[in-house]
Amino acid sequence: MKILVPVKRTASLDDEFEMRDDGRDVDADFCEYDINEFDEFSVEEAIKIKEAAGEGTVEVVVMTVGPEDADEVLRKCLAKGADRGIRVWDDALEGSDQMAIARIIAKVVEREQPELVLTGAQSSDHGFAQTGIALAGILGWPHGAVVSFLEYTPGAPSLAFRRELEGGLEQKASIPMPAVLTIQLGINRPRYASLRGIRQANSKPVDELSHTDLGLTDDQVGEAGSLSRIRRMYVPERGRSEMIQGTPAQQASRILQIIKDVRG
Amino acid sequence: MAGILIIAEHRQGQFRPVTLEAVAAAEKLQASSGESIAVAVIAPQPAVFVPWVSVSAVDEVVTVTTPNAEFDPDVTGTAVKALIAARKPSVVLMPHSVDSFGVAPAIAAELGVGFATDVFDLRYDGGELVATRAAYKEKVFVEIDFPGKETVLLTIRSNAFKPAGGTGQPAVTEISVPGIEPRTEHLGWQEPPASGGIDIPGAEFIMSVGRGVGDEANIEQFVELAEALGATLGCSRPIADNGWLPKARQVGQSGKLAANCKLYIAMGISGAVQHQWGMKHVENIIAVNKDADASIFTVAKYGVVGDMFEIAEELKAQAGGN
Ligand SMILES: Cc1cc2nc3c(=O)[nH]c(=O)nc-3n(C[C@H](O)[C@H](O)[C@H](O)COP(=O)(O)OP(=O)(O)OC[C@H]3O[C@@H](n4cnc5c(N)ncnc54)[C@H](O)[C@@H]3O)c2cc1C
Ligand SMILES: Nc1ncnc2c1ncn2[C@@H]1O[C@H](COP(=O)(O)O)[C@@H](O)[C@H]1O
Repeated sequence: MKILVPVKRTASLDDEFEMRDDGRDVDADFCEYDINEFDEFSVEEAIKIKEAAGEGTVEVVVMTVGPEDADEVLRKCLAKGADRGIRVWDDALEGSDQMAIARIIAKVVEREQPELVLTGAQSSDHGFAQTGIALAGILGWPHGAVVSFLEYTPGAPSLAFRRELEGGLEQKASIPMPAVLTIQLGINRPRYASLRGIRQANSKPVDELSHTDLGLTDDQVGEAGSLSRIRRMYVPERGRSEMIQGTPAQQASRILQIIKDVRG
Repeated sequence: MAGILIIAEHRQGQFRPVTLEAVAAAEKLQASSGESIAVAVIAPQPAVFVPWVSVSAVDEVVTVTTPNAEFDPDVTGTAVKALIAARKPSVVLMPHSVDSFGVAPAIAAELGVGFATDVFDLRYDGGELVATRAAYKEKVFVEIDFPGKETVLLTIRSNAFKPAGGTGQPAVTEISVPGIEPRTEHLGWQEPPASGGIDIPGAEFIMSVGRGVGDEANIEQFVELAEALGATLGCSRPIADNGWLPKARQVGQSGKLAANCKLYIAMGISGAVQHQWGMKHVENIIAVNKDADASIFTVAKYGVVGDMFEIAEELKAQAGGN
């Protein structure tokens, strides 16, 4: 049995940042990159299923759509116990929105034929919450979003899970396989990679593919293959707090004064 | 122009009022496009929900009868796709809720309609629909357009629009959608764990800690500080996910609403939209964060750029002396 886990390299901004010249994103020089927080949980969930099934039963394949720098997030997953990686990229993929990304992942699914795909519920940089369920739509597979608990025995024809809704209420549900689930924060406690794992990761294979390798045409990727387009990105003018200045002691004393004023 | 269509939401037999926020978003568009507004109710007994959506802005309610009561993405998806095919609306709006997470992207992918999620503002710019959302922990806003798309599906952030009100008398049209086949078996509900006496919704004074607290070992000093200040201790999601504090202390969309809070102190919390959902309405918010650009400062009345541990120590020392 095979589980495919698409992972994303996400950006967080430095304290000071500037926009790119075209005004449609932040200049990459002012970004720090790491694996999407949600993907730490989906990778862990896949590895847990693999470990529970016993030696050689389950293969965990991690994949990402991104330039060479995105390899580091794949290595991170391999170090934790994923078996191999796939990275899809070429210049034509620049400007792809999440729909175009989902179309690319769908082609990897066709190629790899996993029974289960686990994505993150959303990305911590853009918070789209689109890719996993768009993928399920393209594949026509059963799916569940924002999954907070998962019970699956490899080979079983269906999968039981819980979706976490507003207010912490959870819906218990079951769907037939193959399936796509999007994983919510907190579903498990992601492990740290061991030193041995980090060493082993370097010898695990990572395939590199382009959109044409996957049988996609130019108009199915990039801006042409997208359902939305970023016009501009900007730092909004917004109301800001009254900043309390001074030493920590002075700041604390002002906070206590505010507490007193409000509490009476 | 073929109208604006809103998909109503319900759960456990209850209407979800976020639907009326999507109606308000539609009203904003209508002001410049003049299009009609229809609300679709997809339920086993849709008539139950018709009065809830009969607000003055709504021209028509479209009902689709389904075999199952609780959310199944295939049922909602099939119905919405059929409605879009029949009505060819220019804009379709859904609340940006966990249920729409589970179905909206599949609909967009299958139909190839324009698509954006978590939208908190929208307008026409010379005939082009422009949607605004945020990115990078709310630090920047992003304008999105949809070149060449005749239909655009958007999910609307909650608390961004004031719910539409008034009473209207919309026409009610029943539409039968063939081929609705549930694939998800609903097995029941699990309520959040009992609160064990922790009362975030009732508390008037809350001090919450976020990931800035760094380590489980650092939690204790904030438990003591909250006690010294007379505040109820709250937290952001990662703190509850890690098991450092009980889930009943989590403030936010998948936790608790600080419904009666008058004073909220946020320590080491960045201000993610799901956290803001639970607290941004509080009149007096004090935020302590070492990042001067953290979005929590856009909802706080007072801000301290600094180290939460230094501030906490000073607070403890000075409050202890009272
Ligand atoms: C469906 C869904 C539901 C969700 N529901 C909730 C919810 O109910 N509640 C919730 O909170 N989140 C919720 N989230 C998660 C949310 O998106 C964020 O991930 C979360 O709120 C981040 O928590 P945080 O601000 O503590 O952590 P971070 O975003 O990591 O922020 C930590 C902050 O601490 C600051 N900091 C670090 N060290 C210090 C220091 N020494 N002194 C001062 N400041 C410091 C940093 O500058 C940073 O701003 C939900 C997400 C999803 C997808
Ligand atoms: N470039 C990408 N490569 C691989 N997976 C991705 C990519 N972008 C998004 N995903 C998947 O989609 C999830 C986030 O969804 P979204 O918020 O729609 O970007 C991530 O957790 C990944 O599982």
